[in-house]
Amino acid sequence: MILTEQAGIAATLFAVDPVSLGGVCLRSPAQPARERWLRLLQESLPEKTPWRRIPSNIPTDRLLGDLDMAATLQAARPVAERGALAAADGGILVIAMAERLSAHTASLLNGVIDSGRVRVPRSGVMIEHPARIGIVALDESEGEEDPMPPSLMDRLAIVLDLRDIEPRARLGGVHDREAIATARRLLPLVGVTQGIIESLCGACAALGVTSPRPAWFALQAAKVSAALDGRREVCAEDAALAAQLVIAPRATQLPAEAMPRDEPSAQEPADRSRLAEEAASGGPDKPQGDEVDSRVLSAARAAIPPGLLVRLESAHANRSRSPAAGRAGALRAAGKRGRPAGSRAACGRGRLHLVDTLRAAAPWQRIRGGGAGKRVRIEPGDLRERRFKVRSPTLTIFAVDASGSSALNRLAEAKGAVELMLAECYIRRDTVAVVAFRNTSAEIVLPPTRSLVRAKRCLAGLPGGGGTPLAAALAGVAALAAQARRRGETPTIVILTDGRANIARSGGAGRAAAHADALAAARALPLCDTLFIDSSPKPNPLAREIADAMRARYVALPHPGARDLSGAMRGSSW
Amino acid sequence: MPRESRQNYPFSAIVAQEEMKLALICAAIDPAIGGVLVFGDRGTGKSTAVRAMAALLPLMRAMTDCRYACDPDDSDSWCEECRSRGEDKRRSRMIPVPVVDLPLGITEDRVVGALDLERALSQGVKVFEPGLLARANRGFLYIDEVNLLEDHLVDLLIDVAASGENLVEREGLSVRHPARFVLIGSGNPEEGELRPQLLDRFGLSVEVRTPVELRERVEVIKRRDEFERARGSFTEKWRGAEDKLRRRIVAARKLLREVIAEDAILEKAAQLCMQLGTDGLRAELTMIRAARALASYEGERGVAVSHLRRIAPLALRHRLRRDPLDESDATARVERAVSESLLS
Repeated sequence: MILTEQAGIAATLFAVDPVSLGGVCLRSPAQPARERWLRLLQESLPEKTPWRRIPSNIPTDRLLGDLDMAATLQAARPVAERGALAAADGGILVIAMAERLSAHTASLLNGVIDSGRVRVPRSGVMIEHPARIGIVALDESEGEEDPMPPSLMDRLAIVLDLRDIEPRARLGGVHDREAIATARRLLPLVGVTQGIIESLCGACAALGVTSPRPAWFALQAAKVSAALDGRREVCAEDAALAAQLVIAPRATQLPAEAMPRDEPSAQEPADRSRLAEEAASGGPDKPQGDEVDSRVLSAARAAIPPGLLVRLESAHANRSRSPAAGRAGALRAAGKRGRPAGSRAACGRGRLHLVDTLRAAAPWQRIRGGGAGKRVRIEPGDLRERRFKVRSPTLTIFAVDASGSSALNRLAEAKGAVELMLAECYIRRDTVAVVAFRNTSAEIVLPPTRSLVRAKRCLAGLPGGGGTPLAAALAGVAALAAQARRRGETPTIVILTDGRANIARSGGAGRAAAHADALAAARALPLCDTLFIDSSPKPNPLAREIADAMRARYVALPHPGARDLSGAMRGSSW
Repeated sequence: MPRESRQNYPFSAIVAQEEMKLALICAAIDPAIGGVLVFGDRGTGKSTAVRAMAALLPLMRAMTDCRYACDPDDSDSWCEECRSRGEDKRRSRMIPVPVVDLPLGITEDRVVGALDLERALSQGVKVFEPGLLARANRGFLYIDEVNLLEDHLVDLLIDVAASGENLVEREGLSVRHPARFVLIGSGNPEEGELRPQLLDRFGLSVEVRTPVELRERVEVIKRRDEFERARGSFTEKWRGAEDKLRRRIVAARKLLREVIAEDAILEKAAQLCMQLGTDGLRAELTMIRAARALASYEGERGVAVSHLRRIAPLALRHRLRRDPLDESDATARVERAVSESLLS
């Protein structure tokens, strides 16, 4: 109920002032409710408000603008073409599948949101267009997938989650266009008291929202709410509503929670808990407005969707996973894609680099009989094609057998070996992930990260004992590797086990079934650089068989001393 | 945060973030310090501060009709056109200190400059059209999210930032022009790391954090709201503080030449760098330079240990050789070394 109500109100608020609210992050799969929300927004905006929809993989030149090829050749002078951002000036830019935005594209968008202007930074033209836009980011991520880039998310005021909405729900809180136009006129006159600002900042602090932007956006949203109601002063209801829409969805803790939930040594959670205490005690020297505070806070608290904190916790654990390295899937296919890296004389297969081609042709125009106002004459020797750089970071996945059969002393050795390999991964700028398996299941104890400190810490705390669910471990590794591929990374796998599988996929005990399952899982592993380290006291034919099934390099190390193991890795081609 | 490009938020009105302000002030007093890297949380006013700093600085004298804004008083740094111009034709004017943004999506030719396409196409003449590096000469070159900058642009910047000169060899053009600028980079370390060579080009680095005090956070929002509602009167309200700061920077620039770092101070600095195992001499040089700028900012003619102590984290924390398995962060390591070697 609250949800449908909120969704409608959010659309209305946003329609009043898309620019200073920055945008809306709409978390929802493609479903009718999402379309209805978009239509509602469109109907709330003044007529003829620009409305542009872009895919998340939009190339930079289409986003910012570039040279208009046809017009340039026709006019024999550079003619700029507006990009999607400039075209959306004064209106709304809808980003489809925003969770797939690269960090690069997100940073371009951030720059435009911050400055309200777009500069065409391309060759031969230096033009600025106004681009005062509101963004609607459609985030379809679910489960383990990365959400949209946090830097962009930070610049969108409203976060709306339509994932659990009733399919046929009517969206409430709708104002007509006229009311919205009136609110727009009233908005600049709306004032706010110190008490309101304090309560919004306090709510941010209590909910562990560290960036100052949400507090600022909440203030804007509260003003809009007042304007819609025809008031010139923000009241407690406005602030409560703003806290629900802006602050609550970003909560990382529940109010007045004394202990931060992870890594007590880390700076940030410590700050947070301090903020929470401060907020809970009413903040420093606050003269008035305790009632407003509790109202804002309880509204925000009520709006925290169930399960959010659990989700956040896992998102937080993944935080140091570098978005810059990730989501680069599109950059992998070489030759015609990737980050531009200049141009070269065409050899017939690449994509034409128009500007450089024109540059090459330009000095010859008079000789070739072209010139001002005439067609540009281009000869084959002028043609230049784009060069691209392909970046493909490596994710090294360590699967460590922590079962009882990999006796405890060898587990310690394995940890030491992994630590050594981690140091090498650091040098090569790899990301690493650790899967540990024992008892009946495999667990990703360290999601992909560059933080070696965290890798080390998580290994140190790894307990040993129980059965050997090798099949489950391999399935887990396969999933990680597939995810890495989707992000455009190259997975590398290191498996450290004695190969004595005794837990089948079903979770039941039994060597034969477990081994068969492990073989099947090994065959299903994606083809990539794989190192299988057999840690049994003497080389185990079963382990060899599994290694062959996954086309891995097999290394038998009766007693893997840490240094030996690292040497084996260096020897392999990974 | 929303920001209009025309009127800048006053530098003095930035709440807290003392370390970032100090680094920017030092870089403004002595551009040779070599730029500032600002790493930190989102929404902490990094780019606001850079723009505010440039707006705060006094106008500078530049050659008229010079695309690189050459300094009339420094003939060594002139571009070829200014050199070849007859003395009677040399005129100058006052211009604001340029702040040039280097957007991430930019192409190499826009950065270094390239053949002027329009004139080449229409008139068939080869003319160099300067790029962003030319515009940034004697000013600030600001790169937001510098850690996401593409590698080929990073290479280019590394070279120019070190030499102060931009060499262009393309499309039959061969041009060199001065490109001395204060490189300001900002970014969020969670989103990618910086190449060590580029790190080294930044003289100072600061870490900014979201204010922890509720009072500060309220003040941030309040001032921003005040500014957005009535820019004119807000700017007016802060004019006094801005003028005072400007006078102080101008005075510090004058005093800088007279500030002396005694041998004992140089020794302390060397000791500190050795203890931390920083590579090369750049760390020491930068630290001494920045300490001199700080001393002059405080109106003193000699560098004291206290200056060194305040500047050491800024000058050194990004130059530490990284031990991947050392959990303590760079700032803590510098501070430990400072308390061990400077206070002994």
